[in-house]
Amino acid sequence: MNLLSVSKLNAYYGDFQALFDVDFHAHPGEVIAIIGANGAGKSTFLNAIAGNVTGRGNSITFAEEAISGLRSWQIVSRGIALVPEGRRLFSSLTVEENLLMGAYANTKDAWPLTHIYETFPQLKLKAKQSALSLSGGEQQMVAIGRALISNPLLLMCDELSLGLAPMVVHDIYETLTTVRERGVTLIIVEQNVRQALAFADRVYCFQEGRVSLTGRAGELKPEDVSRAYFGLAGAA
Amino acid sequence: MNGWIDSILQGVMLGAIYALFAAGLSLVFGVMRLVNVAHGDFIVLSAFIALWLQRITGFSSPFLTLILLVPLMFLVGYVLQRVILNPAFGADILRPVLITFGLSVIIQNGLLQGFSADSQKLHGGKLEVASIALPGGLAIGVLPLLTLGVSAAMIGLLQWMLYRTKLGRALRATSADLSTAGLMGVNTSHLFAMAAGIAMVTVAVAGVFTGIRASFDAVSGPDWLIFAFEAVIIGGLGSLWGTLAGGLILGMAQTTGARFSPGWQLLSGHLVFLAILILCPRGLFPRRTE
Ligand SMILES: Nc1ncnc2c1ncn2[C@@H]1O[C@H](COP(=O)(O)OP(=O)(O)OP(=O)(O)O)[C@@H](O)[C@H]1O
Ligand SMILES: [Mg+2]
Repeated sequence: MNLLSVSKLNAYYGDFQALFDVDFHAHPGEVIAIIGANGAGKSTFLNAIAGNVTGRGNSITFAEEAISGLRSWQIVSRGIALVPEGRRLFSSLTVEENLLMGAYANTKDAWPLTHIYETFPQLKLKAKQSALSLSGGEQQMVAIGRALISNPLLLMCDELSLGLAPMVVHDIYETLTTVRERGVTLIIVEQNVRQALAFADRVYCFQEGRVSLTGRAGELKPEDVSRAYFGLAGAA
Repeated sequence: MNGWIDSILQGVMLGAIYALFAAGLSLVFGVMRLVNVAHGDFIVLSAFIALWLQRITGFSSPFLTLILLVPLMFLVGYVLQRVILNPAFGADILRPVLITFGLSVIIQNGLLQGFSADSQKLHGGKLEVASIALPGGLAIGVLPLLTLGVSAAMIGLLQWMLYRTKLGRALRATSADLSTAGLMGVNTSHLFAMAAGIAMVTVAVAGVFTGIRASFDAVSGPDWLIFAFEAVIIGGLGSLWGTLAGGLILGMAQTTGARFSPGWQLLSGHLVFLAILILCPRGLFPRRTE
């Protein structure tokens, strides 16, 4: 049984095609990493699932319901949350208000705020501060907390570690481990291939808008990965 | 000396009207970054609708028409935003502004057709002449005092809505980042329409209070828009309390200017506006964050 299945997803920015016939699936509780070079279409893929980029002629099924064609605001309440690339915190809102925005759609199942503060104790001390006054790592925690508070079945994270110190990245992955232990399905986009292979059950490698390689994280050969990542020229 | 105090008092009262004009404009600009060129015309439209409602219902006081006018104008604002303005938002920031310009022309012509070019007034009865005596031979009208109270209360309510309610939080989030607000489950089209509807509620109130205080005709809107616009800019874009302060400053500038010569009333208001624009281009109380 798949929680998420995507078949032949094509996505466009105007006339520019960013994704070509992408097939993808995720089982409940699975952790999937998406790797690929800059511009490969990783963020576009996550945004297409979240309804922020509309695909054409595709079918996306989540929890046995078709969600392609739904708007982003309709998709959250189905149980999909995205931590967007670059965090995208609301600059004019406080930390707490940012977190509460994550619970806007489904207040019924939403986590209480205290849960988020137990997960990220630092944030409680800075609850009333403007979100942008925090350090990069703390901002990333707000972005993750804002996604978690909706109590998603599927959590998608786009380049969590970008620009963060190794220690902070380590902490953030530790948090993700507890999230995964609760049975939440995870899709993470990660530039650090070693990190991705170590954390995920399965990996998809994107190249120029197509899936160039997929397999179980432990079974992929490094030379296959680098060919799929950089293209044929890189493998030579 | 008393003359000056009187001018300032009158200025505060006049400024309360300007703040009332400006509240909705300020809200819509703060949330959607949209300048509604038809804002003044909607105030005039509200005054005319109040006049017409009073005629057909026989309400003795124009204030009673607000019972019908407020929900009506909310609906007008909501539908207008959802059906016409939202789809026009996008890469070209000028398009929605041009649409409101078109609306302004349509409203003015519609009112000319429906109500002729004659100047009209709403009749507030005894309230219009009632006044409270102050020491030193000064007096304040009850109606202007009421206007000031309503104006401050309305700005306070808007501020409370924006900063203390879930709706307001979502409005500020949408204003900061539309697509990320969508990811949070916010139907941003609906939210913008709510903001426009709420702005139109302030427009309805402004229409009735202004219509009692001064006469108006089908083409008064653009003049009223200028005052609203100046109040918003003086106070600082996106700041509601700033808008209240801006309205009061504009009112006081006009009435004190008029003491030198009646012809100076409007000019001195514009001069103070220009001076503030030059000295603090972001207004006196620009929005805290950003
Ligand atoms: N808003 C946009 N408008 C037009 N083109 C875009 C837009 N966003 C992305 N693209 C293009 O789509 C392609 C895929 O971009 P995407 O951001 O999905 O890549 P990515 O794999 O996430 O890259 P990165 O590792 O740099 O984040 C790129 O060629 C990019 O230039
Ligand atoms: Mg990306």
